[in-house]
Amino acid sequence: MKTVSAEHLIKTYNKGEVRALDDLSIDVTEGTVLSVLGPNGAGKTTTVRILATLLKPDSGSAHVAGIDVIKHPDKVREVIGLSGQYAAVDETLTGWDNLVMFGRLYHLGKQQSINRANDLLERFSLTDSARRTIKTYSGGMRRRLDLAASLIVQPKVLFLDEPTTGLDPRGRMEMWGVIEELVTGGVTVLLTTQYLEEADQLADEIAVIDHGKVIARGTSDVLKRQVGGERLEITVENSEVEKVQEIVARISAHATHIEGRTVSAPVSTGSTALIEALRALDEVSIHPLDIGLKRPSLDDVFLSLTGHVAEEAVIEPVKRKRGGKG
Amino acid sequence: MKHLLSDSIVITKRQILQLARIPELLVFSTIQPVMFVLLFRFVFGGSIQSSQPGGYVQLLMPGIFVQTVAFTLAATASGLAEDMKKGLIDRFRSLPISRGALVIGRTFGDALLNILVLTVMAAAGYAVGWRPTSGFIRISLGFLFLFSFGYALSWIGIYVGLVVKDARVVQNVGFLVTFPMTFLSNAFAPTTGMPRALQYVAEWNPVSSMVAACRQLFGLKNEFGATASSWPSQHPLETSLLYMIILMAIFVPLSVRKYANSSN
Repeated sequence: MKTVSAEHLIKTYNKGEVRALDDLSIDVTEGTVLSVLGPNGAGKTTTVRILATLLKPDSGSAHVAGIDVIKHPDKVREVIGLSGQYAAVDETLTGWDNLVMFGRLYHLGKQQSINRANDLLERFSLTDSARRTIKTYSGGMRRRLDLAASLIVQPKVLFLDEPTTGLDPRGRMEMWGVIEELVTGGVTVLLTTQYLEEADQLADEIAVIDHGKVIARGTSDVLKRQVGGERLEITVENSEVEKVQEIVARISAHATHIEGRTVSAPVSTGSTALIEALRALDEVSIHPLDIGLKRPSLDDVFLSLTGHVAEEAVIEPVKRKRGGKG
Repeated sequence: MKHLLSDSIVITKRQILQLARIPELLVFSTIQPVMFVLLFRFVFGGSIQSSQPGGYVQLLMPGIFVQTVAFTLAATASGLAEDMKKGLIDRFRSLPISRGALVIGRTFGDALLNILVLTVMAAAGYAVGWRPTSGFIRISLGFLFLFSFGYALSWIGIYVGLVVKDARVVQNVGFLVTFPMTFLSNAFAPTTGMPRALQYVAEWNPVSSMVAACRQLFGLKNEFGATASSWPSQHPLETSLLYMIILMAIFVPLSVRKYANSSN
């Protein structure tokens, strides 16, 4: 069953000059994670804002948990959680204040709001900082609190708009752990990211979008296969490179490639090729520094699909025009 | 719709909590009006002659009261713009809360803050010699007028905040509107000293009507009205009420619609 579906979404800005979404269709199967992957300005945030009822498309339709997003936004809001790119919590209040306030706005009773706040703070390891204002939180803590705020009523669908943008590696790992845990709990997730690694790690399925269109979709494996098969890669001491090249050439039917101390070639037999290579190396007493089967990364996928590299390092500026980007 | 009031109150509570969490905010928002009372009382008070029993401070206090509540416009606008910039409004809008609760809640919050500020200012005024003479009911009515004027202006603030969106620009726009509005009036000096054209502006300025109405309600004769023949200066209570009703009738629906449509 499709818990989220969007058909032929079109959204333009500046009287049609900027086409943020150009006939974009997307869907998410119940209980799975779809990662929408794309560079800045591809249309990721616009897609999420439309699905989360914050923005109306020029044309097209969208349903979340079977509810029409355009016709019944109020009903959709009861079943979704949204965690934005910029931690949308009140910085001047404490973590506890924020969660209790959001509980009240979900129309939970006072005591119920308090209990829920305490539970969520505990679950996201924020109990110790519950009584501090958000201003004093680290980036990772802020994101966790923001995520907690979107889970107050156990949403059916969770929208995570670039949940780890701007976080340091540790914060990112923490966030991934939290998201993985949620998915195990059965929630349907649509997350946007510009980190290929993140899509690889978290998503059941990936939709690559560029210029407001889905240009490819499938599992990470399928997308990688589209780009090409596996390569055998062996790294050795400089003096041994020549010998290793001979061995690799025997195993692979394709041309070998040498880069520095690494010899590589495409192989079609998978682990068999790897075992063969190890045996051959052992016979001549070469102990490789590194050996393995390398599959193309999502970076390679993105490059071959869009003709440009994903802009991974770019951290989007905090000041943004409402609805004008993404 | 059934949650409109309760949702609005949650938003109002949030503003009160902010003051509790950052008490400096509260201190500074009350220090400024008190500073105005002291500055005007002791800088101008010595040189502006008044035949009013009790002197210039009797005329001054209604002026500063009105000026201070007029600043609500900028406060409301910049508070709202700030929330929008930080993405907090998006979060609120993704919740199943009543439409309008967010803006209504904010106007309530700013109104509550005005009660506090007016109380502190009245105390400061009393300390420097302000003595209203009209009795409890009329004095209370005067403060009710001030409170209502602030509330009406905060709806303009909502509109300005939604349209301008950038908190710093909003702050500037707010002051660009409120400064001339409060000074081009009878609040601090007689309008008779102004060029003829400005006198008319000052007389029809809602701030003048408000100041005149408060002076009347606090038991003074309206000494600073210029020619005093115009309808507003002869009927300050009615004019003030009319202005407040007109402002609310325009800006409440305008702001609510603007907020509802801000998704497009």
